[in-house]
Amino acid sequence: MSLIATLSRLEAVRTGRAQAVATVRHRHLSERPLVLVPLTTAGEAGAPLGALVGTDRDAPRLLVVPQPRDRDLRFAFLAELADIVLPYVDAYAEVVEAAERSETDPESGKRVKVEVDLCADAPQLIVPSRTGIDFVRLLGRAMRFRRTAEQDPEAPHPAPPRVPLLGRWLTHFGERARVPGSSLLLALTDLLARHWATGQSSVEDQHLGALLAWIDPPGGESGDAAARRAELARDADGQLLCPPAGPATDPAFDNKLLAPAIERYDRARAALAASEDGLEADDRLGDLTAAEQEIRALVESRTRPTWDAVWRGLDLLRELPEGAHVADRWTRDRWSFTSHRDRISAGEPPQPRRDDAVTAANKLATREREQARLDAQEALDDPLVMAGRRLAGEAFAGEVTEVVMAYSEGRRPSPRPLVTVRTEDRPHLGERTKVYRSLGGKPQAAEFVGYDGPEGGDLLVLRIVDKMGRGKEPEEGSVPQKGDPVCFTLFEHDQRGGAKLPDPEETPWTHGGPPGEPDAVPLPEQPDPPTEEDTL
Amino acid sequence: MTAPASPVLNPGAAAARATDAILRDTLHGTHRGVVVDSPPGAGKSTLVVRAALELASAGRPLMIIAQTNAQVDDLVLRLAEKDAELPVGRLHSSDTDPYDKALDDLPNVRKSTKAADLAGLDVVISTAAKWAHVKGVEPWRHAIVDEAYQMRSDALLAVAGLFERALFVGDPGQLDPFAIVGSEQWAGLSYDPSASAVTTLLAHNRELPQHRLPVSWRLPASAAPLVSSAFYPYTPFRSGTDHGDRRLAFAVPSDGSGADRVIDEAAGAGWGLLELPARHTPRTDPEAVRAVAQVVRRLLDRGGAATSERSEEPVPLTADRIAVGTAHRDQAASVRSALAALGVTDVVVDTANRLQGREYDVTVVLHPLSGRPDATAFHLETGRLCVLASRHRHACIVVCRAGVSELLDDHPSTEPVQLGVTVKFPDGWEANHAVLATLAEHRVAWRPSD
Repeated sequence: MSLIATLSRLEAVRTGRAQAVATVRHRHLSERPLVLVPLTTAGEAGAPLGALVGTDRDAPRLLVVPQPRDRDLRFAFLAELADIVLPYVDAYAEVVEAAERSETDPESGKRVKVEVDLCADAPQLIVPSRTGIDFVRLLGRAMRFRRTAEQDPEAPHPAPPRVPLLGRWLTHFGERARVPGSSLLLALTDLLARHWATGQSSVEDQHLGALLAWIDPPGGESGDAAARRAELARDADGQLLCPPAGPATDPAFDNKLLAPAIERYDRARAALAASEDGLEADDRLGDLTAAEQEIRALVESRTRPTWDAVWRGLDLLRELPEGAHVADRWTRDRWSFTSHRDRISAGEPPQPRRDDAVTAANKLATREREQARLDAQEALDDPLVMAGRRLAGEAFAGEVTEVVMAYSEGRRPSPRPLVTVRTEDRPHLGERTKVYRSLGGKPQAAEFVGYDGPEGGDLLVLRIVDKMGRGKEPEEGSVPQKGDPVCFTLFEHDQRGGAKLPDPEETPWTHGGPPGEPDAVPLPEQPDPPTEEDTL
Repeated sequence: MTAPASPVLNPGAAAARATDAILRDTLHGTHRGVVVDSPPGAGKSTLVVRAALELASAGRPLMIIAQTNAQVDDLVLRLAEKDAELPVGRLHSSDTDPYDKALDDLPNVRKSTKAADLAGLDVVISTAAKWAHVKGVEPWRHAIVDEAYQMRSDALLAVAGLFERALFVGDPGQLDPFAIVGSEQWAGLSYDPSASAVTTLLAHNRELPQHRLPVSWRLPASAAPLVSSAFYPYTPFRSGTDHGDRRLAFAVPSDGSGADRVIDEAAGAGWGLLELPARHTPRTDPEAVRAVAQVVRRLLDRGGAATSERSEEPVPLTADRIAVGTAHRDQAASVRSALAALGVTDVVVDTANRLQGREYDVTVVLHPLSGRPDATAFHLETGRLCVLASRHRHACIVVCRAGVSELLDDHPSTEPVQLGVTVKFPDGWEANHAVLATLAEHRVAWRPSD
């Protein structure tokens, strides 16, 4: 945790209110996000219990699996979910604008610009918590390899149509969520924690109710007390007043309310199956429907408070103006969405179970680049974030006290002005450390020359080295003037792309060779070599 | 503790035998790769230079892959020192000051940003990052990968197409490579891009010959047993020198302060622990930083002289023979400014990551867990402590708040177990305890008045 984050948390403890750690909103928020509040069944990995889902805060759709262990009911739930999510996604896939992308020309091998479609906007999924993102990934993995009756008439348990497609989309959302700064799939707790520091631990911040209690405590109460109530308070029946944001449910709810309700449902279903004539069946169908209704009401009672909390959190976030670079990052999300749309329409197979060596390395490189880019952009967009970097010695702000023109040596001398900056910050500068400032949105580089005065003092001499035009004299406005406020960072503002990795078919021997060869099989797939103890 | 592989052999003979076996496998072996594990100061760079010269003189051009520009330049200088006639190519980036200016004085070293300009030279050296941009060239028959344990698997993936076979050399006990984003998604895959290059290489090529250098020439007899048992429990090594071969003496007697007493303790025993009262502090603990600076100041003021097998006469302990190691960059910056306030500006102060591969007579270490309320995986990483505790030829002085042992007991490792990931030994928690137990025998209490 950075020093400024620690200080903000201490401040929050003292004031009883969460403290802002951002002055702008650092993530894109769609005008029409799809909110998904899922619940899962305790003890059954990947068995959904139900969900509230939709784009209208006043009219969520309630989906429930009355017997989570029943495969057909689970499929019915997933089919319903597909009927809500896929039309929402498709609506964005259809509206495109023209954009340029550079591609390698297969004949000449040169980089050329090609005109392609770019979706004008992209869908956005919001889940309450980080575990919700894991659940989306889990659903994606469980669905994308399913076969429908149409694809494979022999399949023993065919999936409803469109369920595998939903799996592919959820997998894509889940993978994209791992890219720093992306906004296709967001967890509200992460979003809020990015913008506010509370007086509790970051583990406790994962509790949506407690987090909101710190940020926006009801009626002048202290955040501490409100958060404690959100986490612990129970009614006379021992049920939490603020149900957890899921997907896991409270054990007291599971044991006291849900398990008996599911048992009644099971009994009603068995009774219906055993009924001997139509009249009896009618009666028992009524019982079954009532039992199902009971479970639906229970699921709604545990998801609705979370649903409302998610929208309240979104309201709070919308009050913040959007950061300057957010649109730029959202465009990357749109590219990601568009290319997955294209992969699906081109009939490509679903995402593989495991990445091959080259894909994994490419993904890691992209994410590291995006993380560095995000860190830089957030600081440039937000003086409060920059303050944290300044406190950490990674940036400094101050006023220009002197500018001395100087030139580089060589046949064509170029301007290399020396700029003295007075700052109270204590940046970690060494000889010739590169520093950068934003000049019209582009980074301008300078070198640290030394201190004017004592070592570690407040007067820093910098030599500006670029963005001054091609002439002998620097272009108008490209060199700071005496009295100008300036802010330099020790980190770069943009990231260079890394070297291109070999194609998967060219995977070298050190990494097992191309996918498909026996050596390329990831280790967990191979049985352990037999040892003496294995044979009796 | 450490059991020498063969008690009959003296250290020099044991090391020579290991080197011969490595060179035999490299020059005449049938495997595509040879892996060499080298403990701190075991002559890794010497081995790399020797292997390069032997390959070149056998008429087999080779490429060398190192991890940082400083390592590359250092290797070029060492090669030129051994054989000034050897044609060497230094492939470099197009940034400003891409290489050490000292290379300009070497007539047989050609420098270029393009691999094509260096074609045909006996040895071409660059960083892994620069090699990754080289495309469309005929692969080299031989390569040497230096600091292979600090190279990430994805970096090897980018360059492995450039060579047919390679010698991988590195220190498994130093810091593992890291990624700045989560990579749990690939944990357990043999080609996990965030794992070390050697891990991936051996996962896919189990049959490759593995060697290790058995003798540390840097670490004194007081340090080798502890470093070996704490950080290399299954691959022990020993010191090339014996007790009494090295001596550190000071002309100015102790003034009785904590700094002076810990200096004397370390001069005699090889280790010294300057213990500050227990307290939770920010990372840049002002009192601890001041104590570190004070110890360095006194080391310089007391006219130290180091006697070792390297020279007949004692060598003065000057600023360039002392280093300060920390866990974080802000700590290093604080120590630097505290030293500047005491008039010391030419002592190296850096983080463990940047001290890797370096060697000094005396090191002063700010313990990674000093003053912390918690013990995170970062601070427990064995490599970090190993680097900090194995840079010295004579003595290592650790500055630390009391209570680290209790802190360790309060924070057992809780990292999730990942299927398919080889469990690394030693465990950071255990290694930390082992080091603390030894340091406790050389404890000197710091008094606030010091």
